[in-house]
Amino acid sequence: MNRGSSRFAFLGKIEGLPIAVVLAVLYVVFIFTAPSVFTGYRIYMSFFQTVPPMLVLAIGLTFIVTAGEMDLSFPAVVALAGFVFTWWFKTFQTPIIGFILAIAAGAFVGYVNGLLVARLRVPSIMATLATQFFWYGVTILTAGGLQINIQEITTTTIHTIFVGRLFGVFPVQALWALGLTAFFWFILNRHKFGEAIMFIGDNAEVARVMGINVDATRMKLFTLHGVIAAFAGLLLTMEINVFFPTQGQGMLLPVMAAVFIGGTSIAGGAPVLVGTFFGSYIIGSLEAGVVATGIGGYWVQLVEGLVMAGSVILNVVIGEEGISALSRTARKWAVPAQAPGGNGHGRDDTA
Amino acid sequence: MAERTALRMVNIEKYFGSVCALKSINFQVGHNEIVGLIGDNGAGKSTLVKILTGVFAPTSGDLYIADKKVDTHSYTVKKAHALGIETVYQDKSLGEKQAMWRNFFIGREISYPLGFLKVREEKKIASEIMVNTIGFRGKGIGVDSKASKLSGGERQGVAIGRAMHFEADLIILDEPTVALSLKEVRKVLNFVHKIKEAGKASIYISHTIADVYEISDRFIVIDRGEIVASIAKAEITLKELDEFLLEYSHGLKDKVQP
Repeated sequence: MNRGSSRFAFLGKIEGLPIAVVLAVLYVVFIFTAPSVFTGYRIYMSFFQTVPPMLVLAIGLTFIVTAGEMDLSFPAVVALAGFVFTWWFKTFQTPIIGFILAIAAGAFVGYVNGLLVARLRVPSIMATLATQFFWYGVTILTAGGLQINIQEITTTTIHTIFVGRLFGVFPVQALWALGLTAFFWFILNRHKFGEAIMFIGDNAEVARVMGINVDATRMKLFTLHGVIAAFAGLLLTMEINVFFPTQGQGMLLPVMAAVFIGGTSIAGGAPVLVGTFFGSYIIGSLEAGVVATGIGGYWVQLVEGLVMAGSVILNVVIGEEGISALSRTARKWAVPAQAPGGNGHGRDDTA
Repeated sequence: MAERTALRMVNIEKYFGSVCALKSINFQVGHNEIVGLIGDNGAGKSTLVKILTGVFAPTSGDLYIADKKVDTHSYTVKKAHALGIETVYQDKSLGEKQAMWRNFFIGREISYPLGFLKVREEKKIASEIMVNTIGFRGKGIGVDSKASKLSGGERQGVAIGRAMHFEADLIILDEPTVALSLKEVRKVLNFVHKIKEAGKASIYISHTIADVYEISDRFIVIDRGEIVASIAKAEITLKELDEFLLEYSHGLKDKVQP
């Protein structure tokens, strides 16, 4: 009856809180187990350098999963966008046009995915599995299987803008990733487009009868994801100053893991973009953290698996209701012998 | 045509490939008339509703809304909404995992020019509808609650309240009482009475003949894609209607010309 029975119920409404706690706990553990590494600033700068491409991809995937879809083709877009950019830069020395072309290539891949899913009704997981192979094939073929070095990129303005170092140490891409998280949070939670995506993922039939153009929204969604993946690919390529045809491979599962441990429901309709943000940093920090503790590289995957399972369980157990239930229980423990006859606040068990 | 109509269908037909779902449908709904649409499963009721509400276009035929002809091929759900046609479905009116305020305004968001939502305004209006029109009081359900927290009757209340808020002239109720308890069915029927009192029109589709009989001014019986009878309430008692339908479904009755 009394809805405001829990003083801590508001905690359940803070988006992504459980996963933020996991990240904090993880860093505290690392600080104790590997103090020499985790008390310095360098390791964090290294995370700010390596996590952003993954985080950007995870933002895009959160949108896809929210709509009840899947996209396996984004690693290929990372490679394709990297190739288009480096090839153009190498050939014409105009990085800005290369950048735009790379984004356009990503949009095109996404648009084709959208056509397959929304128009031809191919289930997205199958359609994008196929396009993933296809676009990697196109990339390797046109690149002749060779990597392209673009050491010269480091002197360009575009490099400074996207992957430069603020005050000589802070990787700018971390700010881009943070800004994009904030921007896309508003698109998802405070914009018609995001609301349409949530309703489509919740129940596409409801969305349709309420006047949402479901197919057009799906087209836009996949195109957007192509653009986002291309941007992630550009961040990666510019950061390491080299394109190699297999880049992006190996990012599929970590990015999916970041989305799901963040709390976004695989069933669709319920995104947790803030969770995706923290989830990406968890995934991106685990390997380095575990290695730094000195227990040995063989432990990495085992610990990763444990942390992922723990995070997902935490998200399921501590939902919106979970926290208020927990804090009610906690209060009972805290004041076990309070005299009955109050205003019935929390002491229902005496009745 | 002296009388004002909320809706008129002339020779509407619908084919799915070579399968005929609706055959020369002619019917109309007066501007303050409640029409009960009766028919067995697969008779074509849902197809008819989807054409009316702009979910898909008929293969041929004309559609008039408030006596104005509508171009059926550019007719969409959004246009139906704009023309004052609202639909309450059995189970697909609300997004389960979405907050109530989103459910009220989905497809018709109040937004800034760039498409960002005016959340505060939407919540305020949603809250007014919930308290004043639908009668939610206390019970821990508010504009931020997810639709999944509502009972079946409450959901239909929200859907009907939403339709009334957007000043629908014709509210189509497609099996709104399936899977509801008797008490909740009563609530829904009361809402339909309100539609009549407000001077609006409605099409009520249900398998429960007693409910249809209670609230309708006229009954239309549809079978295998055709309208087989149109009977005014004054011409028939509930018992006779029941018997008519029973006989009809057993194939004892020849077609009655509408």
